Amino acid sequence: MKAAVLVFPGSNREGDVAQAIELVTGRKPAMVWHGDGDFEKTDLIVVPGGFSYGDYLRCGAMAAQSPVMAEVKRRAAQGVPVLAICNGFQIAAEAGLLPGVLMRNAHLKFVCADVHLKVESSQSLFTNRYQAGQVIRIPVAHAEGNYFADAETLRKVEDRGQVAFRYCAPDGTVDGSGNPNGSINNIAGIFNETKTVMGLMPHPENATEPMFGGSDGKALFEGLVEALS
Amino acid sequence: MKARVHVTLKNGVLDPQGKAIGHSLNRLGFPEVGDVRQGKFIELEIAETDKAKAKARLDEMCRKLLANTVIENYSIELVG
Amino acid sequence: MTVAAEKNPPVKLPNELTITPQIVAEHGLAPDEYQRVLSIMGRTPTMVELGIFSAMWSEHCSYKSSKVWLKKLPTSAPWVIQGPGENAGVIDIGDGQAAIFKMESHNHPSYIEPYQGAATGVGGILRDVFTMGARPVANLNALRFGDPSHPKTRHLVSGVVAGIGGYGNCMGIPTVGGETNFHAAYNGNILVNAMTVGIAPTDRIFYAAAAGIGNPLVYVGSKTGRDGIHGATMASTEFSEDSEEKRPTVQVGDPFVEKLLLEACLELMATDAIVAIQDMGAAGLTSSSFEMAAKGGLGVIVELDKVPMRETGMNPYELMLSESQERMLIVLKPGREELARKIFEKWELDFAVIGHLTDTERMVLSWHGDIVGNIPIPPLVTEAPMYERPWTLTPLPPVLDAAKVPAPRDYKASLLTLMGCPDLASKAWIWHQYDHLIMGNTAIRPQDGDAALVRVPGGHKGLAMTSDCTPRYVQAHPETGGRQAVAEAWRNITATGARPLAVTDNMNFGNPTKPEIMGQFAGAIMGMAEACKTLDFPVVSGNVSLYNETEGRPILPTPTIGAVGVIEDIAKAVGSRLSKAGLALVLLGETQGWLGQSLYLRELCGREEGAPPPVDLAVERRNGDFVRGEILGGRIAACHDLSDGGLLVGLAEMCLAGGTGVTMKLPAGAGAAHGFLYGEDQGRYLAATDDGNALLAAAAAAGVPATLLGYAGGQALVVEGLLTLPLAELRAVHEAWLPTYMNSAA
Repeated sequence: MKAAVLVFPGSNREGDVAQAIELVTGRKPAMVWHGDGDFEKTDLIVVPGGFSYGDYLRCGAMAAQSPVMAEVKRRAAQGVPVLAICNGFQIAAEAGLLPGVLMRNAHLKFVCADVHLKVESSQSLFTNRYQAGQVIRIPVAHAEGNYFADAETLRKVEDRGQVAFRYCAPDGTVDGSGNPNGSINNIAGIFNETKTVMGLMPHPENATEPMFGGSDGKALFEGLVEALS
Repeated sequence: MKARVHVTLKNGVLDPQGKAIGHSLNRLGFPEVGDVRQGKFIELEIAETDKAKAKARLDEMCRKLLANTVIENYSIELVG
Repeated sequence: MTVAAEKNPPVKLPNELTITPQIVAEHGLAPDEYQRVLSIMGRTPTMVELGIFSAMWSEHCSYKSSKVWLKKLPTSAPWVIQGPGENAGVIDIGDGQAAIFKMESHNHPSYIEPYQGAATGVGGILRDVFTMGARPVANLNALRFGDPSHPKTRHLVSGVVAGIGGYGNCMGIPTVGGETNFHAAYNGNILVNAMTVGIAPTDRIFYAAAAGIGNPLVYVGSKTGRDGIHGATMASTEFSEDSEEKRPTVQVGDPFVEKLLLEACLELMATDAIVAIQDMGAAGLTSSSFEMAAKGGLGVIVELDKVPMRETGMNPYELMLSESQERMLIVLKPGREELARKIFEKWELDFAVIGHLTDTERMVLSWHGDIVGNIPIPPLVTEAPMYERPWTLTPLPPVLDAAKVPAPRDYKASLLTLMGCPDLASKAWIWHQYDHLIMGNTAIRPQDGDAALVRVPGGHKGLAMTSDCTPRYVQAHPETGGRQAVAEAWRNITATGARPLAVTDNMNFGNPTKPEIMGQFAGAIMGMAEACKTLDFPVVSGNVSLYNETEGRPILPTPTIGAVGVIEDIAKAVGSRLSKAGLALVLLGETQGWLGQSLYLRELCGREEGAPPPVDLAVERRNGDFVRGEILGGRIAACHDLSDGGLLVGLAEMCLAGGTGVTMKLPAGAGAAHGFLYGEDQGRYLAATDDGNALLAAAAAAGVPATLLGYAGGQALVVEGLLTLPLAELRAVHEAWLPTYMNSAA
């Protein structure tokens, strides 16, 4: 599986996700600079975490307008898979690749902690190595992870099975207790309509080695390799 | 000319920052303060003399970058 | 080489003020210091020149009160590549890699503007490390706030934590450890000490000493504004009196720009273009250009009109003294300007050639073709004031008679009181605001071990890092406190299995013109020096912050010790989590029950008295080397060195971290129970092991006192006959204090 990881001014988790991809595929992904309007064809495009453009104006707002994102939108429309993590999720939402918006955490502070996620569906390129209903432990690290969509958009997202992960308690109960940022319907990650683009706030790339906090995130990358190789 | 853009959250969108500000004001001895909404103020210098043209361009700037129309409204004021 | 003579006196700038004794005083120069200026210059200085002397001879830049004492610290070892004197210290960690680290304070600015003060403190220390070619891999910080009941404390905690997180998280560097204390002595003067550790190849380390006559002097980063320029009668655009609003006294940091600066600098450092590089920190362009030239034994011409400016109408004085953030000064090889310019333009940063090196050993400032400043460099350095201020040592207080310290009526309540007190309560509210996982190398998370531990990229090595100090011990007897701070930092690293390598010291004290304060400094240094020497633990970098007092009330003397160690195979490292039932808990080291200056005495009895616990450095070495050997041999599952609160607190912390209870009983001959359980005797560790008897036997063979206390299991902390405390209750109290305090109304 060939992957490309985008790098914007202020991206800071491109190294982490590149490390995770190399761990699972054995090869380093291509690192693509935001100013490039074109880049080599790959099986997967990753929009990584960070503070692109300092999160100024709105998280992901300026990055969404960069030349490389115009090309990413074109390829996504053709079905090229896109994995958008944290700031990447914010950029994807601003770019219109995913519905809704990520707002400031409800308690107004940055939060770095392990959370539990309920896998809503295993029927996707990203989640095929998990079971529906499985509970996994992954860390979050964000100040603007509060997912919001207006009533109509939210209904569509729910009805069309576009929710990928929800924050839950360690036993899988989704009652808000495991939600670190106040996101609506405890949404942690969503797909686009064709389930070829996924955005999530948690960092699976920081959960791939047992000695470094757990490895529940590894299966996400393994699933991609399985689906795309 | 100068343009002043106000970007505010749409009604119905939760504003935890506004809420925190309201509570702080109440605690500081201003019980008369009720609902508070926080927004952004952006001032731009525009090299354009035609007001109508400027307004149209600013509208586009707001829709493309300055405001996220999923959750935000904007208003434009031209000065000078 | 004699300094070249001055050829032409500088021109005066329009509306330049005449220097009066008041202006000299406002620049922080004593009359006799100003006499030195006159004799070095051979004439009256211009305002810019006066500003330069003022900055270079300030306490912060010259260390004039502390240098004579700092010289007593050991600074070398076979693994030390660069000791104090550069931007940061450098140690060899094997495999062609070096760890580069330093700790710095930003105390006074953080009191005024906690968010920006703390944020720019982090920004400054990061630059000190990456200017030497190291990619930062970890941040730590030591924070001391006033009493929780003081009206400003909550606001300061909130701002400082948000500022540290805001800057470090955006830079993408994990903040992995530190300490936070509260004491009324810091009511008017909080302490914010920030530490950064970076990694660089040993054959690619960059220094500040300029070289190469004619080589270009290059400015990169943010534009220069009027940040940080102080004083009512300082020069302004029109040299008029009412220009306050033009001069923000607080520096505002932009971590996004610093992230770009970090990447651009590292990219340039991968080429062969750089001769020397220095970040612009305190006194900005003045200190950086001066030090680069001075270290290189050269002169420099700075064309100030070429400096990228953020404001209109800036003058040479402002440009030289501005403390605008996120700027670096570089000496490039001739012909490399274009290569460098392209890199900085890619990262959208300002880049300007603002001068070049000369052989005159003079600093010449030009402004639109006119010379506005001309200072001989070597005399400014060699004749910088250095004071041997009078000092009076604090005498050792009498040892507290443990029999005179009341035992708790209710042991369970006493432990809950301690675990819920501000100094010992969980600081999770703080470190959950720091990204401590970015870079994917964090092996020990906050509160899971005595030191933070991160994997060194590209291999199996682990870097253990800590920051520690017990200010109440230093206050009671500075020499013991200094010794103890170093010993505890050494133990923190040892308790993970790592080998302690070197120290960075951040000395925070009150007014050094007071003999008792200077005596605190002297005493602390004496204790630190002895510990560093005995433990082979040299000081490779550091920082001094003096005058931390308000209305004559000084802070507790606080020599914060930051330290770094290495473990060859990170898989062998241990934390302090007690996670498995059945493990034996063994206490290593001798306990006499030392309650003097203990937290038990302070929190339960309301007293701060007695001599602090003595530190026997030979015993520390013996016990620590033994513990490290056992950890590396795979015979210890979890380890915690004992300090604040003593044994029972240490045990409680291990249980909470791992989620497993313990049942123990007081060993025979333990003496008074409260002394045994809460005494703060030094040189001790708690080790959890699969084979208690084997560990006891090994300890006996090594001459290390050891006692089997009990076994892990269940969901309660039990001391037979004294207390049974369910972990859920302990956890609730431990975790509640800080969030409740921060969320309640002032």
